[in-house]
Amino acid sequence: MATEVSGPAKSTELWTRRHLLDLEHLEPWEIEAILDTASAFREVSERSRKKVPALQGKVVVNLFFEPSTRTRTSFSLAAKRLSADTVDFTVSSSSMAKGETFIDTAKNIEAMGVDIMVVRHQTPGTPHILARKLQCSVINAGDGGHEHPTQALLDVFTIREVKGRIRGLTVGLIGDIAHSRVARSNIWALKKLGAHVIVCGPPTLIPRSITKLDVEIAYSLDEILPRCDVLNVLRIQFERQRGGLFPSIQEYFALYGVTEERLRRAKDDVLLLAPGPINRGIELTPGVADGEHSAVLRQVTNGLAVRMAVLYLVSGGQPRSAAE
Amino acid sequence: MGTVVIRQGRVIDPSQGIDRVADLVIRDGVVLQIGPWDGPADLEIDAAGMIVAPGLIDMHVHFREPGNEQSETIATGAAAALAGGFTSVACMPNTEPAIDTREAAEFVYLQADRAGYCRVYPVGAVTKQRAGRELAEMGQLVEGGAVAFSDDGSPVESAEIMRRALQYTRMFDRAILNHPEVLDLTKGGVMNEGFTSMRLGLPGMPAVAEEIMVSRDILLAADTDGKLHLQHLSTAGSVELVRSAKRRGIRVTAEVCPHHLALTDEALESFDPVFKVNPPLRTRRDVDALIEGLCDGTIDVIASDHAPHAPALKELELDRAPFGMIGLETMLPICIKTLIEPGHLDWMELIRKLTINPARVLGIDRGTLRPGAEADVTVINPEVTWTIDPERFRSKSRNCPFAGWTVRGRAEYVFVAGELRYRAEAEPPQLAELKR
Repeated sequence: MATEVSGPAKSTELWTRRHLLDLEHLEPWEIEAILDTASAFREVSERSRKKVPALQGKVVVNLFFEPSTRTRTSFSLAAKRLSADTVDFTVSSSSMAKGETFIDTAKNIEAMGVDIMVVRHQTPGTPHILARKLQCSVINAGDGGHEHPTQALLDVFTIREVKGRIRGLTVGLIGDIAHSRVARSNIWALKKLGAHVIVCGPPTLIPRSITKLDVEIAYSLDEILPRCDVLNVLRIQFERQRGGLFPSIQEYFALYGVTEERLRRAKDDVLLLAPGPINRGIELTPGVADGEHSAVLRQVTNGLAVRMAVLYLVSGGQPRSAAE
Repeated sequence: MGTVVIRQGRVIDPSQGIDRVADLVIRDGVVLQIGPWDGPADLEIDAAGMIVAPGLIDMHVHFREPGNEQSETIATGAAAALAGGFTSVACMPNTEPAIDTREAAEFVYLQADRAGYCRVYPVGAVTKQRAGRELAEMGQLVEGGAVAFSDDGSPVESAEIMRRALQYTRMFDRAILNHPEVLDLTKGGVMNEGFTSMRLGLPGMPAVAEEIMVSRDILLAADTDGKLHLQHLSTAGSVELVRSAKRRGIRVTAEVCPHHLALTDEALESFDPVFKVNPPLRTRRDVDALIEGLCDGTIDVIASDHAPHAPALKELELDRAPFGMIGLETMLPICIKTLIEPGHLDWMELIRKLTINPARVLGIDRGTLRPGAEADVTVINPEVTWTIDPERFRSKSRNCPFAGWTVRGRAEYVFVAGELRYRAEAEPPQLAELKR
């Protein structure tokens, strides 16, 4: 397995962004800078003392309007490893119905003295609006079907770690492209770093206009399997669909489920990613999820390093001095 | 009331085909003549360099009274209309309760009269409570002064109800104003479905949802010979459907809103709910087709679809915020920017779509400077440059998508029935003094 040699960031440019809202508007060097910084923090997590003082005295708040365990825990732990104080707020949409707007909620929390707000919301653009309304830094931890920048960053980090590169690889994104924020963020990151991207699923789950992003559309998983270096198996976003987009889960699984049998058509060294939580038995079988090609757990580990990097950079750190 | 002389303006009256520099003389509230005046005058206005037009008409506004007075009242809406140069507006019946009875229609006249700004004509609901199930008491609504019928805010979904409404209203010669949208296809949508919605991950409202109902309504109009008016067309396909219907001699008229000419769905990149409107902002291609439709006469009317929402409502997330923008106080300059400045329409054609054409759709005797007509007059300064600041609006709401835009042109003087009700130099407190 090839390993990227992580040194100081190659770029001499200064990181200036105070927010991480999406990957669409990042320059390729900025994505690489985050990955390089994450590499440095990856080493920290292998030390016996896993803490660095980079964010000492800072307050990081997880403001989650949508339930999440994995991403919220990952951000929390990442902030703690940087020595920040962390608070989690999970706001149910029922309490929002009582009249307070999400902007009011966020301003109230910010008033407690917050440096970085990590926001997850079921509506696209909510972190962007908060970034305009608040003084603190805002990190998008997933906004509806729009983007999930840190998930895509940990995906490409994992690909780069395993494959040693991104440029020239063929990456298949499988499943519910239409409603997936992970798909959008992955497409931006992968295209900016020079990969070929195939989106594969039923036409009801793939917007035709996506070809304008220079990605290939495929409806047959079996046809594209032999060409893919990486498969990223997306979750069906039942909660974001209007319904009726495919006839049954059984038919979906028959056409797009990633099974051991199907994987035999793939390259020997195909890398299998899945952003959690996976619906076992719908998108992929348990055997594949836990099998030799799967990097599912490695993704989780890398997620911590990537989120440390993002927290560190938006709070004013520079790529080359990370983890010192 | 005496004699008012508006001197040496460029008088443009599409109803009579007039476009020349002349004096406009008003006596005792009616137009006396367009031509030189040497007699005495109680009020003289120097209109040199200005355009003197029939009072502008906006046949599509939402004043939220009764029911949502925190967003707009008939008085504040009418004040906004007057400041925008409008002497007549037609307000949609989607209030709470809906304008679906004779008394409700009469209430609109009563409140407009009390406010004393511009004329406000009620549009009656097509169906009881706008629920889409049974026809409202249309004859009674006509008695109460309803000038047309609409369930706007929602389409008339049932083809059967729409067919019966088009048939039934033939005896009053009143139009059905339909909001064309197949709700099945737009459920949960917040913006135009296309490349931009895909990028932003926002649920889309496809153009075909509008076009299917435009198509259905045209077929029903042909079948019934009813008077059909299609509201706020927004797609290239809709324009083409109306164009071909007119060519076949089907009785149909159509309107477009200034925001669909000035903005595209890319405005949603800001995720700002101020740009959330139904029908949604579309693509450049659609904008071009709408302008083409205005130029060749396919689209008869420009209307604002003024849809006020109290500020707190537009602070909600995009999917929870209501659809709609205000437009009365920006309509004229946005039309100038999108249609006059690029040379798509000349003043005669623009004023036609803001005066006599909507008057004909509504069947009201307005939109003309014909001698003997009640003197509703808008004096337009076509050159003055100003910056749009919603904080200065007469409307109660601030959901204007053009805040900060620098624009050209505004209403300078507005007369209703010969009475000077508005002048641009005056600040809002003085507006009240001009009331009867």
